[in-house]
Amino acid sequence: MNEPILSISNLTTEFRVGGEWRDVIRNVDLDIHPRETVAVVGESGSGKSVTALSIMRLLGRNARLSGRILFEGQDLLALPEEDMQRIRGNRIGMIFQEPMTSLNPVLKIGEQITEVLIEHRGLDHAAAMAEAARLLEKVRIPSARQRLNEYPLSFSGGMRQRVVIAIALACEPKLLIADEPTTALDVTIQAQILELIKELQKEEEMAVLFITHDMGVVAEISDRTAVMYRGDVVETGTTEQIFKSPVHPYTRALLSAVPQLGSMNGQNLPLRFPIVDMATGSVEPVKPTVDTVRLDVPPALRVANLVTRFPVKKGILRRTVGNIHAVENVSFELREGETLSLVGESGCGKSTTGRSILRLTELTSGTVAIRDHDVARAGKRELAEIRRLAQMIFQDPFESLNPRIRIGDAIAEPIIAHGLMPRAEVGTRVPQLLEQVGLSPSMADRFPHEFSGGQRQRVCIARALALNPKVIVADESVSALDVSIKAQVINLMLDLQEQLGLGYLFISHDMAVVERISHRVAVMYMGEIVEIGPRQAVFENPQHDYTRKLMSAVPIADPTRRRVRHLSNDEIRTPYREAGFTPPPQKYREVDEGHFVLTQHLEPAA
Amino acid sequence: MSSYLLSRLFQTIVTLFVMSVLVFVGLYMVGNPVDVLLSSSATPEERLHVIQSFGLDRPVWEQYLVFLSKALQGDLGNSFVFNQPALDLIFQRMPATLELAFVALLMALVIGIPLGVRAGLKPNSFVSRTIMTFSILGFSLPTFWIGLIMIMVFSVYLGWLPASGRGDTVEVLGVPVSFLTLDGLSHLVLPAFNLALFKISLVIRLTRAGVMEVMQLDYVRFARAKGINERRILRVHVLKNTLIPLITVIGLELGSLIAFAVVTETIFAWPGMGKLIIDAIGVLDRPVILAYLLITVVMFSVINLLVDILYSIVDPRVRLEGGSR
Repeated sequence: MNEPILSISNLTTEFRVGGEWRDVIRNVDLDIHPRETVAVVGESGSGKSVTALSIMRLLGRNARLSGRILFEGQDLLALPEEDMQRIRGNRIGMIFQEPMTSLNPVLKIGEQITEVLIEHRGLDHAAAMAEAARLLEKVRIPSARQRLNEYPLSFSGGMRQRVVIAIALACEPKLLIADEPTTALDVTIQAQILELIKELQKEEEMAVLFITHDMGVVAEISDRTAVMYRGDVVETGTTEQIFKSPVHPYTRALLSAVPQLGSMNGQNLPLRFPIVDMATGSVEPVKPTVDTVRLDVPPALRVANLVTRFPVKKGILRRTVGNIHAVENVSFELREGETLSLVGESGCGKSTTGRSILRLTELTSGTVAIRDHDVARAGKRELAEIRRLAQMIFQDPFESLNPRIRIGDAIAEPIIAHGLMPRAEVGTRVPQLLEQVGLSPSMADRFPHEFSGGQRQRVCIARALALNPKVIVADESVSALDVSIKAQVINLMLDLQEQLGLGYLFISHDMAVVERISHRVAVMYMGEIVEIGPRQAVFENPQHDYTRKLMSAVPIADPTRRRVRHLSNDEIRTPYREAGFTPPPQKYREVDEGHFVLTQHLEPAA
Repeated sequence: MSSYLLSRLFQTIVTLFVMSVLVFVGLYMVGNPVDVLLSSSATPEERLHVIQSFGLDRPVWEQYLVFLSKALQGDLGNSFVFNQPALDLIFQRMPATLELAFVALLMALVIGIPLGVRAGLKPNSFVSRTIMTFSILGFSLPTFWIGLIMIMVFSVYLGWLPASGRGDTVEVLGVPVSFLTLDGLSHLVLPAFNLALFKISLVIRLTRAGVMEVMQLDYVRFARAKGINERRILRVHVLKNTLIPLITVIGLELGSLIAFAVVTETIFAWPGMGKLIIDAIGVLDRPVILAYLLITVVMFSVINLLVDILYSIVDPRVRLEGGSR
């Protein structure tokens, strides 16, 4: 192959922490050739983002770099700062993970694009505006010219990421560095953005350095892949090689922890993830799953015609002019020992459903019954009992634990608050709980910041278990975790289900994880359940257009099964309706036993 | 927007009403102004006459209704002491106070923002530490003491600047101002700086905190990745976002500068409203106190309204809507 456009050799980056230099990445070697896509994959703390920022020299004063980064023949590390500034955004474009925060909220989109053109290409204002409009069209933003005068707040996440890409491509760079560009996006939007990057790469003939934690995305997009683990590149090769015959134990561990959509075909129970020992690469055999669903007792949770709407008020009298129909006429049952997943994209109402069930959000109408308790009509005391029977685990284990409370106390708190046992006995219950979630009882005296994300989520689970609940509402509980940690926590949840007969309402946007853990699945869209049924039926025989769309958008972690997709630029819609709107009656068609599909309205699902 | 203005107007009227009731009842309970105004040798007849002429013989609710009906016609009553309309008294003194407050505010911004930016960009440098030490002094040293020291240094020892009064004034649109004459300006410098000192410290700290926070944000990093030069990043990306919280605080502080310039006015014998209100409270001169407080409420409301409007201009995420909250 021809000369690499970017050639990193022996790159070591150190940060100064408390007066000492600590290396974060060590002796990284990486070549990128023109028009090639190279993925750098790894979990949090692997140093993949630091590598990207090192290339751009954006790490600030407390970082020290050594080695060589040759770009178009010059060593970036030896360049004076002004020359480096001329390369950034000009010869090398970069996009970041968070489209919501990458754009300055108080500047118009137009200004944020033109400033690059004025800085690097010396255009005057009028020419820059015309060019900016052309760039927005290039990233498929409709009515580009008008949108230049808008602020970031009127753009959705996916649209903002398009703007960010337009900015990065403004000066026709030879290299694009994309740092987790789709991680914060919904899966259908992610598919659009990946497709866009691929197309633009072809048009612009540029090389792409793609940084991600998602093996599925890697398989979809990259020609070659470098795997990073704790600051070292442990394996480099063509993407097909890496997936077919991984050499390093870590690569194998990573691949086996990746949930693959469709890997469960023919299997009707949930399945644990195989856990690979990072050091040796040996695979622990998967424990067979026991059928835990209790069909003999009445369902632990019954939801019938649940409606939750949020009024939108306007004017001096705060008149309700419309409603967000967050949850519209949703019904389902959850049995003890069963996992029902609510799956859908942001704004589909899955979280609101979970919150309404525990009345953390007031419901508008409908009934929710947990055992014999009517949640909607429960008084204060009954509500406390309901919240003992049903517990919630949230997405962010960093924010759902109070940083100033020792985790032992955090776990004991609900037991004491509900007066479940005398204070003296609580001291023996906490170590039990910690052991149950795979932590050591000696950790009870520590504060949350002393734990990793996965450990904190275990603490949250222990806290939820403290009340012996029958139902756990898990709202995106594993979404913030790295793949290997995610696999462990899911395995833990399955263990606990077998031991304690818990019913899980598992709320998630991640189709592949849902496939692994669920007995039954409900797909939500615009506040409604569009399809519900046994997992196997929904995944192997999806009936609703939206379910199919959602499944086809999930990246497949297999580079040999790459698809050519033609995607629309649809955005996810909000279920806002004018006041007085009566939703049309829902009709469900029974496809198979227990598998229901919403009959599609005239208005087609996007 | 118009519904927003209407609701704000309504809020202001309610505030004015509630405040006037509170002050009326409060002053009624504190004591009888006649006891303070008349010498102890006054005869009972004289006393009665004065009480009747002020209308103080009637029950308090009736006094209030009389006040209210007159106030609605724009008459807040005559001062018990000067026997002039209370509003006139205040309006005579107001320009001096306003001038002092605005100059102090300008000083706070012109001095505070650059120093705050400097301290925020390189928080650990020697210069930044010096700035922060200065700001702590500005916060903690009492205004009157610094005022006195400044008079000692600049007026008494050095003889550079006058210590009291307004100096020569020029009429602009019928309002006397000092800052357009050299003499007036020299009179203005010390009191204005004295009044500004606390606000300078405040602006430095707020700007520094804002700059330090914004510099960490993703869009600043993204702007760097775009290859934008540091000057523009600072001027456009950082400063505009830093100004947003600053505007709110400055608005509130302007109100307090005007309303509480009393100490500085007293030390520098500045003929503003501060002196008037202190005297009025001393003799329970109810019409003046009421008029002053009502004007203060209106002023705070107007300033807050301006702040909100300014806010919506600077920050596109803020939209003005009726019945805020």
